[in-house]
Amino acid sequence: MNHPHTDTGPRSTAELAPEPAVRVQDLTKEYPGGIQALDKVTFDMPKGELTSIIGPSGCGKTTTLKIIAGLIEPSAGEVMVYGKAVRGPGPERAFVFQEFALLPWATVLRNVAFGLELRGVGKKEREDMAREYIVKMNLAGFEDAYPHQLSGGMRQRVGLARAMAVDADILLMDEPFASVDEQIRRKFQEDLLHLLSVEKKSVVFVTHSIEEAVYVSDQIVILTRGPAHVSKVVRPGIDRSGDSQEIRRSPGYLDSVENIWDELREYLEE
Amino acid sequence: MSARPRLLSWTLRIASIVFVFALWEWAGRIPVSIAFPTFTAAMSAFREMILDGTFASAYAETIGPLLVGVLLTALGGMLAGLVMGLSPKAEWLGLPLFIVLQASPSAAIIPLITFIYGIGFAAKVFAVVLLSAPVIVLNSYRGIHNTPRSLLEMSEAFLANRRQRIWKIVLPAASGLIFAGLRLGIAQGFTGAVLAELIITPTGVGDLITFYRSGADYDYMFASIFSIVLFASVSLSLLQKLEQRIFRPEMRPT
Repeated sequence: MNHPHTDTGPRSTAELAPEPAVRVQDLTKEYPGGIQALDKVTFDMPKGELTSIIGPSGCGKTTTLKIIAGLIEPSAGEVMVYGKAVRGPGPERAFVFQEFALLPWATVLRNVAFGLELRGVGKKEREDMAREYIVKMNLAGFEDAYPHQLSGGMRQRVGLARAMAVDADILLMDEPFASVDEQIRRKFQEDLLHLLSVEKKSVVFVTHSIEEAVYVSDQIVILTRGPAHVSKVVRPGIDRSGDSQEIRRSPGYLDSVENIWDELREYLEE
Repeated sequence: MSARPRLLSWTLRIASIVFVFALWEWAGRIPVSIAFPTFTAAMSAFREMILDGTFASAYAETIGPLLVGVLLTALGGMLAGLVMGLSPKAEWLGLPLFIVLQASPSAAIIPLITFIYGIGFAAKVFAVVLLSAPVIVLNSYRGIHNTPRSLLEMSEAFLANRRQRIWKIVLPAASGLIFAGLRLGIAQGFTGAVLAELIITPTGVGDLITFYRSGADYDYMFASIFSIVLFASVSLSLLQKLEQRIFRPEMRPT
C-alpha cells in the first residue's frame, strides 16, 4: 500500500475511492466549558456508499454528523464535500432528523416539499416532486394529513421523503429509526436499501444499533468515547442479494456484528 | 370529530349557558339586591337598546379608540416581541420594562393620562395601549423565544434564509402564544377603553353604565354590561378562527 500515509487512523477505504464524497479530517470539537466531544476524528466516505457511524451513546456521533451537515462548527479540523471545505449547510447535503422535525402546522405534502419551498421552487413543480416521493415512501393517501395524525414510523418516512425530494447527493441520517419500533425498523432498513439501490446516493447513517449498522452499511466507522476518536473502520462486505432473514443468519453478518461488539466492549470496560 | 361528540359538546355548551341565565333569573327574583334585575328584565332592556340604536351609537364611540389602540399595540407589540425574541440585547433592554408594566396596577394610572392627553380620543387610545401592551408583548416574546430548536435547525439544514426562517418557522410556531396574547390584550384593551370612559370621558359604552346607574335603571345598566361581555366573547372567538385560518390549520376542528 503506497498510499500517502497518515497516522490519524485507519484508511482502509482510501484506495477504493480516490475522491470520496465526504472527507472528515482531524475533526475536533470542544464545547464551552472545556468538554471535548471529538478528538481528531478522521474518515472518508466513498461515493455511492452507505457509511454508518456507530459508538456508545454520548460519544459524539450526532456532533460529527451535524458538523458534516454544516449545522455545527468544528473547533479544529475540516470536512470536505467533493473536495470543497464545508462552511455551512449546502444543497448537496440533506438531513434526516432523529426527532423528525416536521412542521406541525403543515400537511404531509407541504412538509415533503418544504426543502424545495425554501429553495424557491414553484408550487406546482415542488408538489409534483413531493408527490413522487410520497408514493415511493408508501405515504400515498396521506398527502393532506398533518404530522400529529401519523404514527412515528410514518412521520419519519415524511422526514426521509423531504430529504429525498431536494435531490441532494448526500443524505445525512441521524438515528432515523431510533423512534420506531423493532418490526417497523427492519422494514425501514429494507426500504432504505431498496431506495438507495435505485437512487444512488451517498449516505452517512448514525446509529447505536450494531445489527442495524452491519445490515445496512458498506462501511462502518466505530467511534469511541471520551473524547471521541475513530477506533476502527470496518467493511462488513455483506452479500445483500438474498432474502433478509438469510442475510441476518449468514456467518458473514454474524461475524461482523460480533467483531464490532468486541471492539466496542473493549472501551466500555475501560 | 364525528357527529355524536359534536352534538354532545353543543348540548353541554347550551346547557351551561341556560344554567347561568336561570341562576341569574332566580337571583333577580329573590331579589339578592334591589340593584340586581332579573335576566328577563335585563334582556328586554337589551332588546330595546338594540332596537332604538343606543348600543349602535355607544359602540361606535368606543370601538374607534379600541381598534386603533389594539391595532397599534398588536403591531408594535408583535414587533417588540419579535425583536426581543431574536436579539439578546433587545431582550435585556426591553423585557424588564414590560414585566414591570404588566405587574403594575395600570388602572390606577389611567386618571394621570388626562394630564398629558386630555380627555379626547388620544387619551382613550392611550388607556387601551397601556392595558393591552404588556400581555401582547410578553406573549409574542415568549412564543418567539421558545421556537423549537429542532425546527430552526431543520430550516437551517434546508437552507432557509433569515426572512424564510421568521415567516415560515418562527411566526407559525409562536402563533399560538401570540394570538393568546392578542386575545388577552384585546380583553385588556376593552377594559382600558371602558375604564377610560368611566373615569376620564363619559362617552360610549362606559357612559351607558354610568348613566343608567345614576338613574337607578339597573336593568339597562346590566344590559349594557351584558353587551360588553357578549361583544368581547364574540370578537375573541372570531380572532381564534382567524388564527386557525392563517397559521394553524391542523388545529381546525374537522
